[in-house]
Amino acid sequence: MEVVEKKNKNKQYKPILDSIPDWPVYQLSKNRKEFIEEVAKRSFAHVKELRPTTKQLTDELETTVYREQQRIKRNRWRVDPADEGRFWATVKEELVALAGKSAEETQTKADELLMRISLRYASEIAGNFKPSSYRVTREIVKFWFARLLNGSRVKKFGAFFRSRYTLRDKIHIVGKVKQLRALATQGTVIMVPTHFSNLDSILIGWVIHSLGLPAFIYGAGLNLFNIKIFAYFMNSLGAYKVDRRKKNLPYLETLKTYSTLAIQKGAHSLFFPGGTRSRSGMLEKQLKLGLLSSTIEAQRTLYKETPPNEEVRKIFIVPVTLNYHFVLEAPDLIDDYLSVKGQERYLPEQDKYGSWQLIQFLFKFFTKGSNISVSIGRALDVMGNYVDDTGNSLDAQGRVIATRDYFLTNGVVTIDKQREDEYTRMLSQKIVMEYHRINRVFASHLVAFVAFELWQRKHPKLDLFGLLRLPEEDEVISYEEFREACKRVRKQIYRMKENGKVYHATHLKGKIDLVIRHGLDNVGIFHLKRPLLMNKEGNIITKDFNTLYYYHNRLVGYDLEKFI
Amino acid sequence: MTSKSLSDDKPVAVIGAGNFGSTVANLLALNRKVLLYARDQKVIDRIRTTREHRGRRMHDNIEPTNDMAFVADSCDVIFPIVPSEHFRSMMRHLSPHLHPYHILIHGTKGLDITLPPGQTVESVRKLDRSQVKTMSEVIREESVAVRVGCLAGPNLSRELDAGQPAATVVASHFNEVVNIGKRLLRNDRFQVYGNNDMVGVELAGVLKNVIAIAAGALSGMGYGENAKGLLISRGMVEMIYLGRALGGNTTAFLGVAGVGDLVTTCSSSLSRNYTIGYRLAQGETLKDILASTDEVAEGINTVRIAKKCADHYKVRAPITSKLYQVLFEDLTVKQALNYLMRYPLNVDIDFL
Repeated sequence: MEVVEKKNKNKQYKPILDSIPDWPVYQLSKNRKEFIEEVAKRSFAHVKELRPTTKQLTDELETTVYREQQRIKRNRWRVDPADEGRFWATVKEELVALAGKSAEETQTKADELLMRISLRYASEIAGNFKPSSYRVTREIVKFWFARLLNGSRVKKFGAFFRSRYTLRDKIHIVGKVKQLRALATQGTVIMVPTHFSNLDSILIGWVIHSLGLPAFIYGAGLNLFNIKIFAYFMNSLGAYKVDRRKKNLPYLETLKTYSTLAIQKGAHSLFFPGGTRSRSGMLEKQLKLGLLSSTIEAQRTLYKETPPNEEVRKIFIVPVTLNYHFVLEAPDLIDDYLSVKGQERYLPEQDKYGSWQLIQFLFKFFTKGSNISVSIGRALDVMGNYVDDTGNSLDAQGRVIATRDYFLTNGVVTIDKQREDEYTRMLSQKIVMEYHRINRVFASHLVAFVAFELWQRKHPKLDLFGLLRLPEEDEVISYEEFREACKRVRKQIYRMKENGKVYHATHLKGKIDLVIRHGLDNVGIFHLKRPLLMNKEGNIITKDFNTLYYYHNRLVGYDLEKFI
Repeated sequence: MTSKSLSDDKPVAVIGAGNFGSTVANLLALNRKVLLYARDQKVIDRIRTTREHRGRRMHDNIEPTNDMAFVADSCDVIFPIVPSEHFRSMMRHLSPHLHPYHILIHGTKGLDITLPPGQTVESVRKLDRSQVKTMSEVIREESVAVRVGCLAGPNLSRELDAGQPAATVVASHFNEVVNIGKRLLRNDRFQVYGNNDMVGVELAGVLKNVIAIAAGALSGMGYGENAKGLLISRGMVEMIYLGRALGGNTTAFLGVAGVGDLVTTCSSSLSRNYTIGYRLAQGETLKDILASTDEVAEGINTVRIAKKCADHYKVRAPITSKLYQVLFEDLTVKQALNYLMRYPLNVDIDFL
């Protein structure tokens, strides 16, 4: 029944650094205290630069206190520290007491408060990588995944305790693996994956480990730490915490300084440049520039501050796409997206999944046949130029370029904020282009795309929201029509692959009927209401237009619509 | 002025010793040492020995050369000012010598098109933004230079040579580039403005050439200032429509490089594009006109490209399309004018 996937070539990779004490992330956590202090100091200096006068600074502090107290009142989470209320109340008291004091006194006190706040934030953000618990986690994950896979796939008593199937069969890693491994020993790697599901962090963590790379640090949404299981995993994998509720200047500066400084110190990092999970199911088109700019800033600082006789550590950006048949949160994500788009109304991020739902999902996921593929893109320098396996940046003609030259004015490295903002914008465009290029099309994406486009064509007068409101039970597409459209779109995907504009899974090749079958069997496989099915007459029906729209969106942006 | 301290710095370069290129070289030479690249050895020798070129005196700070590598090695800032049809090939020669620290500010008011082999602007099925590039985009495509800017404004070479007051716009996404352009070009008689909408400014400079031809044609018919006022204002609206379709913002068209340049070129017999329109209205054919001049009128090519793009992006551009028919399809200027005067659409301003 299942279309056979080409034999997985993935082999076990040896770790590139033998012992954990050599890992940059370990070095970072060993000197945790010093590091936090340095972050706080630098962030303090940044904020002072942005708010040079006493008045501006005290205003900023007042805003910060106000917002923090509002947050505590309205939106408290389980992970929030218990002493929060007291801390901010004290800051407020001290701020209020400043009224009527001399300018000098006020400035001194405001500086002291800002430093206190920066320090608090820095230690809130800081991750806590522990080699022992890293090892434990890794083994637990490996052990249970293997058991689950075998228990479910080899239907024989006792298979539960064998290791015939491993995670490797389930997750295909394709692309520039060799280059990634080579570069991780020469410079600092920043991995920037697409973001579709909460599962992404765990998946990427596994990928990094299985490629033999040392642990990466990454900023995980603090909301994830509410779920105990996640909190354990992430703490042990070197995650630092990003609290999206806090939008005040000192926090944002501290957060940015943290990631910049960590990169500067050579810690391989991971972040999802889309910011949050893609609500629409489309590949990211707009990236968060703040995090990207920290890579450029770190690289420039390295060029500026590295003594002339030492080699400058280079930073490499590696785009990664994660390709799923099924995204657990799809119905909620697309709900969010549609209600924002349709009613101009914003819904705050909520997590409806506790530990138990997650375990259930993981069980389902690993016991049923739903493959995932991870495409590793070609590495870029911070300017978006491709680099070769030895870390040289190349121009379009393949000539070597010195990345340092981008930061020069009259022959010396200079700091120019506006210039770097522009560079960040360029880098972000390049990453988006790479996402589209390395994206792997699955049969499930193809069928969802074609089906939704066909329905749209059948109702030319309805806008998107009208279409989504149609009663699902009345809508049928004849198999013949569907099949022809799939063939045309698939042909165009082949053509685009030849021109290096997209990739597709091996299962997309072969007899179109089998490919469609594979797609229908897999698209949104564990949803209560399946987005696409075949009815008794062999025609195509849907049970849920919303999720169908979600999976369809994966192929938006390739101009495939005209081939329907 | 600060010219003393600046002259200690590296020289700057101008690529292209045409009319405008030579004028810009002279302007720059007031502040810095200038390398002027020309392809033709004879031109170089002549400038060296006589210090005269195209009827103007060349400043003593200017050193002519035909060595691209030398130009790129000696200068951090380069002003490429060559006709748009040679721009890409010039960039291909220059590109191997460029580094990411180079700053390029071009002064070419034309578009670059890439067509499948054997096709012409007319025969190709459609023309869209993937085939039509501004010069800054050509620079980005062909080289590693990222700090790119452009120069546009009411800058008739002969008036600048005479030291008459004038202004220009340096546009770039990088403030750094704008500031360097200002510092290098500014003098007591030449004002320099900055703008961040580079593509908008480029397009304004390019599209105004179309209207300039039409203005010449009106004068050639013997019409006066009312007609010109009408043409300039309606032409401006058309430029904005087209410019927006091609990726510029409205505001760039309202500044020195937009309306400023438009009024100048539409009023001056010194402008090449204007002259072509004028002679057309006098009854000469395009072929004869082109045969009698060695200078490049960017406007002719721009009309072809702009018309095809307007078709593709469904932009209303009656002046451009009528002018196209006059240039290439034997419509007379009079017939074109008749059509335009009866053109039904009469909303004054609907783009702000």
